[in-house]
Amino acid sequence: MTAATTPTELRRTPLYELHRELGARLVPFAGYEMPVQYASILEEHRAVRTAVGLFDLSHMGEIDARGPAAVDLLRHALVSDPAALEIGGAQYSMACEPDGGVIDDLIVYRLGPERFMVVCNASNRETVAAHLATLLEEGQYEATLDDRSEAIALIAPQGPRAAELLGGLTDMDLDGLANYHSAEGTVAGIECLVARTGYTGEDGFELFCDAARARDLWVALTERGGDLGLRPCGLGARDTLRLEAGMPLYGNELDRDTNPYEVNFGRVVKLDKGDFVGRDALAAVAEAGPRRRLIGLEMIDNAIPRAGYGVRRDGSTVGRVTSGTLSPTLGTKIAMAMVPAELWGIGNEFEVVVRDRPYRSQQVKLPFYRRQRD
Amino acid sequence: MSYPDDLRYSKEHEWVRADGSQSTIGITSFAADELGDIVFLELPETGATLKQFATFGVVESVKAVSDLFAPVSGTVTEVNEALRDSPELLNSDPFGEGWIARVELADPSELDALMDAEAYAAETG
Repeated sequence: MTAATTPTELRRTPLYELHRELGARLVPFAGYEMPVQYASILEEHRAVRTAVGLFDLSHMGEIDARGPAAVDLLRHALVSDPAALEIGGAQYSMACEPDGGVIDDLIVYRLGPERFMVVCNASNRETVAAHLATLLEEGQYEATLDDRSEAIALIAPQGPRAAELLGGLTDMDLDGLANYHSAEGTVAGIECLVARTGYTGEDGFELFCDAARARDLWVALTERGGDLGLRPCGLGARDTLRLEAGMPLYGNELDRDTNPYEVNFGRVVKLDKGDFVGRDALAAVAEAGPRRRLIGLEMIDNAIPRAGYGVRRDGSTVGRVTSGTLSPTLGTKIAMAMVPAELWGIGNEFEVVVRDRPYRSQQVKLPFYRRQRD
Repeated sequence: MSYPDDLRYSKEHEWVRADGSQSTIGITSFAADELGDIVFLELPETGATLKQFATFGVVESVKAVSDLFAPVSGTVTEVNEALRDSPELLNSDPFGEGWIARVELADPSELDALMDAEAYAAETG
């Protein structure tokens, strides 16, 4: 096997060869060569909504924080309160700059009294690691940080049949594993941290395992999943799924110039926990209310809204589309857009400018799609 | 990979089936495969004038927006209305049911500037 490197020296996950065997269309993403689709984005999207889809998310960052003061470090570095987590609990959070701008959105898992794992976007991994390292140094916290991203693979079965799939490969009590919780166990004989988290709006799991076992785990899930309608899914479907579920994507809805309140995640910010990076700036936003807000739009006229398209009201540009697509599940043309807070209102009409022409849309509630719960 | 013999092909992956001064145009299977699932089209109106190699519409996949380039100059006499509700016809049958428009040719000699099936197959490797 020759290791051909691309001109831009893209990195590869442990499952790269497997993606090639599956006929994946590979594209550069956050410095990695990743599958955007295998057969069809629409088919993969539908598999997640109706059966189970399998994602390789090994490019994402996993940073261990351990020690007596790991919790204090993370309380200071993140807007949420990791001290509120029981062992096995997890929370969605954000790391901000002193001005309240978002560095990354991430999930922090509590694995033990003095053990946490921060899972962050591939594109921000180095930034988040540096942010934590700087604060560790400055605050002299009794804790250690270990960026384990290269050593850990992440495979995510997502969909209504994900629990059924996993149930056939593990003795773990999956019924007892609630949303936003994790537990260590074995899946197909492979040691994993099994988390009930995801980015699709469906039930699902994120399986963290040793990079060396990634292929075995994927193959075991695929073999078992054949009868359940399992499909490998790429980043294309990942994007349409999260957009339907109203979830932000860093780089689209979130960036250094956006604060958590603007994207409707003020509830994640725990101003009362004590001091943390960005607290003063965020308290001011909470007090005055954010000046912009992320809204959901559904097109009335026939055009697909896309990231970057202008949004108008009464003939003037008031904002931009942050993400948009044709919703595979709903069949409607949907978008999230950032507009001035005073224009917020379900049913309010806005125009989206597509190829220099305005098309009517109206604000709708987020999320666009919510799964049926038993 | 072989392509229908009775068509002429442009570098931008459109095809023409000519029949005297009338023609039918569309995009090739190569283009459709590159695009992936096609979910939307912006098509010209009947009566619109096309100019060879100029843009005449837009085709959108889930992730991307691409221009359509006219393979010939002429007047649009009919547009495939089925594509409005079923854009996926471009993926499933790009040379048949997925035809885009009927065009009255302004200058049939323009076909000489296009490739035959063999040349197009070589071009697309």
